[in-house]
Amino acid sequence: MTNSIREIPEAEVIFVIGSNTTEAHPVLALQMKKAVCGRGAKLILADPRRIELAGFAHLHLRQRPGTDIALINTIAHVIIKEGLHDLAFIEERTEGYEEFAALVGEWTPERGKEVTGVPAQEIIEAARLYAKAGNASIFWAMGITQHTTGTDNVKALVNLALLTGHIGRLGAGLNPLRGQNNVQGACDMGGLPNVYPGYQNVTDVAVREKFEKAWGITTADDRPRPNGSPSPAVRRLDTQIGLTITEIVDAILAGEVHALYIMGENPMLSDPNLNHVRQALERVDFLVHQDIFLNETGQFADVVLPAASFAEKWGTFTNTERRVQMVRPALEPPGEARPDWQIITDLANRMGADWSYESAAEIMDEIAAVTPIYGGISHARLERLGGIQWPCPTPDHPGTQYLHESKFSRGRGLFTPVEFEEAEELPDSEYPFILSTGRVLFHWHGGTMSRRSPGLESLAPQAEIEIHPQDAQKLGAQDGQPVRVSSRRGDVVANVLITPRSPTGTVFMTFHYAEAAANLLTPNYVDPVAKIPEYKVSAVKVEIVEEAVSV
Amino acid sequence: MLKADRIVQTTCSYCGVGCQLDLHIREEIIFRVEGRFDNEVNFGQLCVKGRFGYDFVHASDRLRRPLARASRRAEFSPASWDEALDRVANRLKGIRDQYGPRSVAFLTSAKCTNEENYLLQKFARTVIGTNTVDHCARL
Ligand code: SF4
Repeated sequence: MTNSIREIPEAEVIFVIGSNTTEAHPVLALQMKKAVCGRGAKLILADPRRIELAGFAHLHLRQRPGTDIALINTIAHVIIKEGLHDLAFIEERTEGYEEFAALVGEWTPERGKEVTGVPAQEIIEAARLYAKAGNASIFWAMGITQHTTGTDNVKALVNLALLTGHIGRLGAGLNPLRGQNNVQGACDMGGLPNVYPGYQNVTDVAVREKFEKAWGITTADDRPRPNGSPSPAVRRLDTQIGLTITEIVDAILAGEVHALYIMGENPMLSDPNLNHVRQALERVDFLVHQDIFLNETGQFADVVLPAASFAEKWGTFTNTERRVQMVRPALEPPGEARPDWQIITDLANRMGADWSYESAAEIMDEIAAVTPIYGGISHARLERLGGIQWPCPTPDHPGTQYLHESKFSRGRGLFTPVEFEEAEELPDSEYPFILSTGRVLFHWHGGTMSRRSPGLESLAPQAEIEIHPQDAQKLGAQDGQPVRVSSRRGDVVANVLITPRSPTGTVFMTFHYAEAAANLLTPNYVDPVAKIPEYKVSAVKVEIVEEAVSV
Repeated sequence: MLKADRIVQTTCSYCGVGCQLDLHIREEIIFRVEGRFDNEVNFGQLCVKGRFGYDFVHASDRLRRPLARASRRAEFSPASWDEALDRVANRLKGIRDQYGPRSVAFLTSAKCTNEENYLLQKFARTVIGTNTVDHCARL
């Protein structure tokens, strides 16, 4: 998020697209409700489904799934056509406006309506509301990123903010909502194949040399190596970008990756196209699974290492507004389970490294030393101040409440013209429905944690498929009846929930349930840049079956 | 109202909002969770997951010991930490030496701490020598 949670009520207009905020980020959604109900802010919601937030929305645009870019480009078209763009901001802080304006010039409200199904008048009204607001902020989540065009979707939103200057102020900005609790931190820490901690490029020679030095790779003489020294087998850091998760799966099947080490993840439930993942996990020569439970992925492992839960260790998480906050132990880990950082340290030393970390606080000190955006963060400081928002370059820096106030990280904000493309897989006569996937409030991701809470389980106990009443009638399906949902990749059985929440022609499933993992159905086409698999749009058919749903 | 043996302030582990909460512990059980007011994240609020979702910490099927097996067809059996870690170290070393550093892949975790994510990518990059480190956040 470029803004902070506490700034949400400062916005006059809140534009939410591809985020079921009340279900996925409930406490943050309270701030949106406060803005609307308490401060008179106007909420524009763009979502095919009639989600709870629609009840608070001034405008609800129900675009056909997979047509976000068309919708956003049309909004931009109207803003320019009506002269509502911020020319001073465009002049002073951006580049690439001309090409962008030329592209959206073609996206008249009529064309927008034809592609997205949203009435032209609603698109025009949304454009006026957003552009005329004193402060407007945009929020999005997986609904925007989980398409083959995910990166382009985000760029299209960036264009909107640049066009109107709604960025870099209190209550004005671009706010991706991160899903799992520490996605932000996992990315910040370099849990990505192309960057070291702090988004420093692995292909940048100066950066790589800095890390080789900091990590003690290039100590030519016989001096004792610094704490955290690498294994002597590694003489230089890898110069090439590594593989993403979907590429790892392919590389295993191609016989190029032979060992997979998984810490605290369950790709066997959360990956698209599970049959493909299953083959890879069966095929890989050696699989290590380090987690708090033996989950679906762990069933394939050779060695399973028991880890401490968040309630049993020291450390930090970074939330969706870049705020680093303390995690503190309240309990002893069960049995012989150990904090992940101790397990990794022990393993590194068994492989010839020389690591002597005594505490998570010490690791954070090293993070601060090599990661400029975390430069001023330490456990001691977090204990004193509470959370700190990065960038926080020095120990006397207060942290950063909102980003891009006077300039962008790259200097000028870049308009990127993005062309609309249809989703890879569209419904046809054999697979006539669009399947959309998402979360329900009461469960978390693979459900490894929340499904073990008897209370939560009874609130949302079964796999369901939401079907519009008209479609249900055509199928002859009753509420609660089991149906088989099949795609070109697999099939699952789920119970029908008849609801007008999704539009006709679109069915909706969640992926919290191993038994009816919706990801058996989803394709593994990926966005070419961010490598995010396409979850939100795939084509399926629905048939009535006799067998009961396994629970 | 039951009195806690101790109250520990921490961060909710369910979603990216990062609500600040108090875990109330009695006889080594989390028996109550309360939202904290002294912050600019949740202002005292919690959702149903943060408030009632922490039974998993005490679940009977938590992993308590390392497990290992000779082959994929065999059942898991308990192992000591030494046995388990030596086995992992030897196999990773063997595979790295035979097929090169890029034959080993790592998934770090959007559920683990910053410190743990940092260490695992450092392990991949400096002990194995590969940039193949990713996580499921794209999903
Ligand atoms: S209490 Fe709810 S909204 Fe807050 S961090 Fe936890 S899961 Fe997210």
